[in-house]
Amino acid sequence: MSAVTADERLGEVGRVRRLLIRPELGAVVGAIVVFSFFASQSAVFRSVRGIANWLDPAATLGIMAVAIALLMIGGEFDLSAGVMTGTTGLVLVTLATRFGFNVWLAMLAGLVVALAVGFANGLIVTRTRLPSFIVTLGTFLMLQGINLGVTKMITGTVQVSGLRRASGYESARTVFGGTIGDSGFRVAILWWILVTIVATWVLMRTRAGNWIFAVGGNEQAARAVGVPAAHTKIALFVTTACAAWLVGSIMALRYTSVQANAGIGQEFIYIIAAVIGGCLLTGGYGSAIGASIGAVIFGMADKGIVFLGWDADWFMFFLGAMLLLATLANNMVRRYAEEVKH
Amino acid sequence: MILETRDIGKSFGSVLALRNVSMGVTAGQVTCVLGDNGAGKSTLIKILSGVHQHDSGILLIDGRETRLTSPRDALDRGIATVYQDLAMIPLMSVWRNFFLGSEPVKSLGRFDVATARSVAREELRAMGIDIRDVDQPVGTLSGGERQSVAIARAVHFGARVLILDEPTSALGVKQAGVVLRYIARARDRGLGVVFITHNPHHAYPVGDRFLLLNRGTSLGEYGKADISRQELTSLMAGGAELEQLEHELTRE
Repeated sequence: MSAVTADERLGEVGRVRRLLIRPELGAVVGAIVVFSFFASQSAVFRSVRGIANWLDPAATLGIMAVAIALLMIGGEFDLSAGVMTGTTGLVLVTLATRFGFNVWLAMLAGLVVALAVGFANGLIVTRTRLPSFIVTLGTFLMLQGINLGVTKMITGTVQVSGLRRASGYESARTVFGGTIGDSGFRVAILWWILVTIVATWVLMRTRAGNWIFAVGGNEQAARAVGVPAAHTKIALFVTTACAAWLVGSIMALRYTSVQANAGIGQEFIYIIAAVIGGCLLTGGYGSAIGASIGAVIFGMADKGIVFLGWDADWFMFFLGAMLLLATLANNMVRRYAEEVKH
Repeated sequence: MILETRDIGKSFGSVLALRNVSMGVTAGQVTCVLGDNGAGKSTLIKILSGVHQHDSGILLIDGRETRLTSPRDALDRGIATVYQDLAMIPLMSVWRNFFLGSEPVKSLGRFDVATARSVAREELRAMGIDIRDVDQPVGTLSGGERQSVAIARAVHFGARVLILDEPTSALGVKQAGVVLRYIARARDRGLGVVFITHNPHHAYPVGDRFLLLNRGTSLGEYGKADISRQELTSLMAGGAELEQLEHELTRE
């Protein structure tokens, strides 16, 4: 029967289309190109030590990029995520060094602060319906002020240090800040992989994941069929804050000191990694794995440029070009996926 | 009668959006609500679907006086509403859309993806909807197909009353025909259907009862035997007005 043959032909096109509209596709291609380029130019880059070296910045960025990707799929931004890594780190080091807290307890306090800020972000955005861009820009500036003001008040300088002497430091460092045995690979890489797996599982295989796509894709429609849109968004802001706490703690434990301006400017890097990974700025589409691969591209370029002995200034140019290319590719994909057949 | 209103009304401040409207919805029948823009159609369906609460008259469900507190409340009583533009999320696949808000779960809040896929496929087939692939994004479906998926979804989730808000108004002739066919199929499966439209040519073939609204009040509810397509059309357009318009437009 001719109708059957026609349907099978449509099936083939469908499979190709499904592969093409995977949000990660652009990032995977980008990662392969970037890796091939640097690996062919530099032997260090492709050595095990080199890989451990460029996976390190990818890991901490990746944890944040995955959380931001979830939030962006849910249709919101969080500009306070970068400075929040500084805030949680400062809370940790300040409490542990100036107030005699055990490091684990100080980390818990940092988590409480992060949860509170994330919850406040989510609550303000969902209650007022203001754009999260503005709300979290406000939080960002406020936290930036607090970080500097409180640090100066307590220490008289713009950094807190001396975490090494605090009780519980060694055990906490082993879990969050150390390396895996003598391999040279940071523990943070394991956290990053764990976060990526959990986020992907939540997105693809849980009710919450369905709701995240829905509130970002069309919030009104989602609410009309009974999706708790406000709860979903608040949970996403809290998740982002938790990720910031994890990264802030990892950094503080690794360097044993935190600058009062830590994390500032990173918020856009997170968004860039998520966008390179296939997230749409308009929400409703994207992937956690994509954001992780976006972070890998970032890490490779960051260290690769150093390995090649180039001026680090070129890194920003490279990042901008990647971002433009990725957004163009995503735009085409979206039009392809959304095009209505009559 | 599953759903019935008696002299129901709603005002917003000093604006009487709807007054003294009586209508009924019976299982296995289609009640068409017709009216021009601003006639009060959307106020009426918002009362029936729990978005607004009426402030005069009574609303009966299964013969008992009721007040719907929210869309969720209406849904729990088996009244499902398919809005014209709110129906679907374009970038999500058909099966994800189908179960959105009522996902089947296994332990630990895991989304039972395999069940969702197969049930969506079967339900669509049972409604006679020919979708090539439930994994395709809803955005790649035509307008009529989207409405049809939304109708199939409401039927699957145990709706007894299906309220369709202008499902055909944005569609071409052929697509509108497709949607009308699914309305008939939902009716045949024993649902009471409320079909809101301003097109009497869409309403007449599928409707059993016709409620005509004009300027917030009812021009009467007619059974199919009591009214012809011609009368329906002229009543809707406000008979005399149309004649006058015709008069004005004729060449000297």
